[in-house]
Amino acid sequence: MSESLNQNTIDAPNSPIQPDLHRLMQQSAPPLPGTLSNLSTFAWRALLKIKHVPEQLFDVLITPIMFTVMFTFLFGGALAGSPQEYLVFLLPGILAQTVVFTTIYTGVTLNTDISKGIYDRFKSMPIWRASPLVGAMAGDVIRYTGSSVIVFAIGLLLGYRPEGGVFSVVLAIVLLNLFAFGSGWVFTTLGLLLRTPGAVMTLSWAVLMPVTFASNIFVDPATMPDWLQAAIGVNPVAHLVTALRDILAGQPSWSGIALSLLAPAVLTAIFGPLTMVLYQRQR
Amino acid sequence: MLTDDWAIDVKGLRKHFGNTPAVQELDLQVRRGSVFGLLGPNGAGKTTTVRMLATLLQPDAGHARVLGLDLLKDSQAIRQRISLTGQFASVDEDLSGRENLRLLARLLGFKGDAGRTRTDTLLASFDLLDAADKEVKHYSGGMRRRLDIAASLIVPPELLFLDEPTTGLDPRSRNQVWDIVRALAEAGTTVLLTTQYLEEADQLAERIAVIDHGRVIAEGTSSELKQTVGSGILRVRLADASQRPAAGEWLSQQLQASVSFDTEPASLSVPCADTALASQMLQGLTDQGFVLASFGLGQPSLDEVFLALTGQPSEAETTEDLSA
Repeated sequence: MSESLNQNTIDAPNSPIQPDLHRLMQQSAPPLPGTLSNLSTFAWRALLKIKHVPEQLFDVLITPIMFTVMFTFLFGGALAGSPQEYLVFLLPGILAQTVVFTTIYTGVTLNTDISKGIYDRFKSMPIWRASPLVGAMAGDVIRYTGSSVIVFAIGLLLGYRPEGGVFSVVLAIVLLNLFAFGSGWVFTTLGLLLRTPGAVMTLSWAVLMPVTFASNIFVDPATMPDWLQAAIGVNPVAHLVTALRDILAGQPSWSGIALSLLAPAVLTAIFGPLTMVLYQRQR
Repeated sequence: MLTDDWAIDVKGLRKHFGNTPAVQELDLQVRRGSVFGLLGPNGAGKTTTVRMLATLLQPDAGHARVLGLDLLKDSQAIRQRISLTGQFASVDEDLSGRENLRLLARLLGFKGDAGRTRTDTLLASFDLLDAADKEVKHYSGGMRRRLDIAASLIVPPELLFLDEPTTGLDPRSRNQVWDIVRALAEAGTTVLLTTQYLEEADQLAERIAVIDHGRVIAEGTSSELKQTVGSGILRVRLADASQRPAAGEWLSQQLQASVSFDTEPASLSVPCADTALASQMLQGLTDQGFVLASFGLGQPSLDEVFLALTGQPSEAETTEDLSA
């Protein structure tokens, strides 16, 4: 195929391979590392992937910049009098939206990755079976943190100053990561269930569009009809946004934070095991 | 039953994918320290069998012991002592060869310098040092295979599964892989290899099981198999395609063997044990008035093995492709 015609293809010199296998086979096995060590190895793999395929970070970089700038100037004047004032309201919401959208890539990446032969090797190795998945999700922390930092940076440029200070920013990023990690299992499930990355992407958007837009991200739900307010009242993304607003305003509400983590905990309890079953049954 | 002499001891193994049986009632015994060949066409159940024995796939039924351990109960212990080189390169294309080995070495407990040393030794042994820092997607097929095998030897396994190790390789790379398998056998590793090529099984394996439709239809040493199949195949191309049925009938009577007609309209082939007999047959054909365009005596192909064993040509099915 075109692969073999690739000009970049390199080949070894025309020499016979006579490996000194006797010596090679003398190697004794070191003690097996613990699960935490394996998870960090898989997170390292995620980093190596980013190093070799940096394009995959494109969305993570561009989306937050686009969303923050666009919505601030689009709605700012109309809704809050000025973009700067609106930004105080909008920024926590945009943070949540950006990070929640980023979780889609967990599923898409897994779907692409899992079809490769290397997963056969992982499965035949003496490691905790879930570690390639959990390790990859841990590696996604880079994406979540990266896109959060970009949103904050753009916000600062546009005049946003969190009242809660640096501590509140760190706390917000930690909360975002926990939320994203917990919800990510929905997308690993989709990633294992569907055949193509495109299908994973489409279905994930279909799930995320309503929960992000039918929320308190852009406007105060007070002006909305009752049924929509009721829906937003049980929307996990809305809980996350409320918790983030409180944190960044310097008044973190621990019960609000707990409420925002309820949905990710429930999702993990349901979709975590489901992901594992699907992963075991793969092929 | 004494199982400890066997690296693999399997009875009545079964696996269905939906309603499609992939492996049915498969029996297999592989002696420790030997190279064993699983020979069969696409869709025969080779890959499914390997995936079950390498603990990737749970069998629906059957008893299996791998290295004396129960396949279902002791799968984690089995994983510590086996390695798998899958049909599709079991390495990460986006990473460099060195990173692939470092990653796997870390997962197996080689920390820091130990991992670096082991990786370098493996890269050097398999002639991959020059390309070590290039991404695997730029490797040639042969290099990819060597990296794949190197990755299986980070911790030397007692049992190595090689699923179609030479499919798609050019002859030079194929010979390199063969050298590696021979060296592994010499070092005492048990190797279970699957192949579609009789020649490959013949070259490498001490014993061969021919499998078809998920069953072992013949098992033995290469020479035992050849006694069943016939050690050679006489291939004849006639000048006039219309003479083929008559020429086939004459050969079949003379040799008491079944003649197969190739897709090429003037060609036919028949099992024929030795060169003396072959030249006698060629002379006979000419005497009978058949004009020969070309002829040759060669090893039987997989199709001919199947013809001899089952009386019908192998059907390349798609079941394995779908499930693989």
